[in-house]
Amino acid sequence: MNLSLHRRLAARIAGKAIELFAKAITAVRADWRGIEPVARQRVYFANHVSNADMPMIWSVLPPNLRRVTRPVAAADYWLKNGLRAFAGRDVFRAVLIDRRPEARTDDPVAQMAAALDEGASLIIFPEGKRNMGPDPLEPFKTGLYHLARARPQVDLVPTWIANLNAVMPKGEVIPLPLMCTVTFGAPVHLAGDEGKEAFLARAAAALLALRDEEGT
Amino acid sequence: MTSTVGDIVLLALIAGGLLLALTIFAEVLRARMGAHPVVQTFSTRVESWWAMVILFALALIVGPLGIVVLVAFAAFAALREFTTYSHKDQADHLALALGFYIVLPAQFWFVYMDWPGLFTVFIPVYVFLLLPVVSVLRGRTAGFLARVTKMQWGLMICVYSLSHLPALMWLHIGGQEERMVLLIAFLVVVVQSADLVDFFLGRKFGRTRIVPGLSPRTWEGAVLSLGFAALLGAGLYWITPFSPLAAAGMAVVASATGACGALVLTAIKKDAGVKDWSHLIPGQGGFLDQLDSVIFAAPVFFHLTLLWWA
Repeated sequence: MNLSLHRRLAARIAGKAIELFAKAITAVRADWRGIEPVARQRVYFANHVSNADMPMIWSVLPPNLRRVTRPVAAADYWLKNGLRAFAGRDVFRAVLIDRRPEARTDDPVAQMAAALDEGASLIIFPEGKRNMGPDPLEPFKTGLYHLARARPQVDLVPTWIANLNAVMPKGEVIPLPLMCTVTFGAPVHLAGDEGKEAFLARAAAALLALRDEEGT
Repeated sequence: MTSTVGDIVLLALIAGGLLLALTIFAEVLRARMGAHPVVQTFSTRVESWWAMVILFALALIVGPLGIVVLVAFAAFAALREFTTYSHKDQADHLALALGFYIVLPAQFWFVYMDWPGLFTVFIPVYVFLLLPVVSVLRGRTAGFLARVTKMQWGLMICVYSLSHLPALMWLHIGGQEERMVLLIAFLVVVVQSADLVDFFLGRKFGRTRIVPGLSPRTWEGAVLSLGFAALLGAGLYWITPFSPLAAAGMAVVASATGACGALVLTAIKKDAGVKDWSHLIPGQGGFLDQLDSVIFAAPVFFHLTLLWWA
């Protein structure tokens, strides 16, 4: 009891420290272009260029939205050591999924749907892993489609993170202070007769459209 | 020292009185016109001015450390805005990190310690020659000259030039050492007020654009703002070591340099393809949008004062 209280307090302090650090270095700003920052259940799906993507989105959400928003993240990464496990489980309250299809016992889509049913909003990266290539966006994995089909009423919000790859590119250890913007677009939903490929292409286009308007 | 603090408080009260009048004016406009966007912008700007005047007055009262820390933070924010739009190549990552985390604090440390033999040459000589070496060690030569030039420009503009603002307090003129912090207030108040006059009267009466297609600044606005700067400078001579006439002259020179700085930084901004450097100062844009004229005026003002009075 006492231990869990300490853990919760430590998690709150760590969360605030992460938010302040992100804002001090990158002055990260939210551009609510397609939606309002209101308490509504959402799945934010974002481009993925850096391990700092998820903390960045998390930092720009207003506190009342942040409390109910859970990132979907890889269990092998977030359970690697005690510190990461503390950050993943206690600070971000991540929905941890197993990335090994052959070994896993839980279905990731079922896990995400269960978190939605508990009232949570989600942050997901449909590219599946960090994008290291020259293209702005890698092809989406199918998870977003299956989630959209499982819970068709939930708003899927395209979320573009600009400039973060320059703050800390692969191979660098010191983050460079550059300004970042997180742009939230208009939500997409699965149309009644829409196929998997068509839906994923439309979702990716909605995300890329935010980049083109931003110009970065 | 007491009279210095008294003068700072008096200046802050005058500025506060003006802002109070503008705040009331904005509220009257809001009552008449409702939430019109022009009224919104105006009142956001006035709110930002309140924050700036209060922060600046507090820093001046705290003394040398307060001023150096405040300007160092502004320099950090300005350099971040500049670098966000000029940095394109990962090969410069380490050099730029050194610029932010080593060069910038070192420069303001040298200013705080009053080592003019170091702070006047550190960036234009040592950093200028050595920082490109950090980039060249990564081995990427594509666009090398443009890359290192942009780095040096960023540091010269945002760090070196701006650091001359707190450095003014170390100029020793006629046994008035402790009153020199007021010279910082003089420069900032004169340059920023001339900017505002240029903005409002230039828009109203201006006909001939100085650089058509770049900025709405006009020759008429420039002349009006310099005339205003002369009057304001003479009116504020009591916080400077200058005579009323010399104070007017220095105010004109500072405002003219400031106007040049605003034009040059607008050109850089246009080249980068952005409207405002950032959104960090509500209603005003970024730190570089706010400080462009002070950045150019500070080193010139510093060296002219040193040349003629010290």
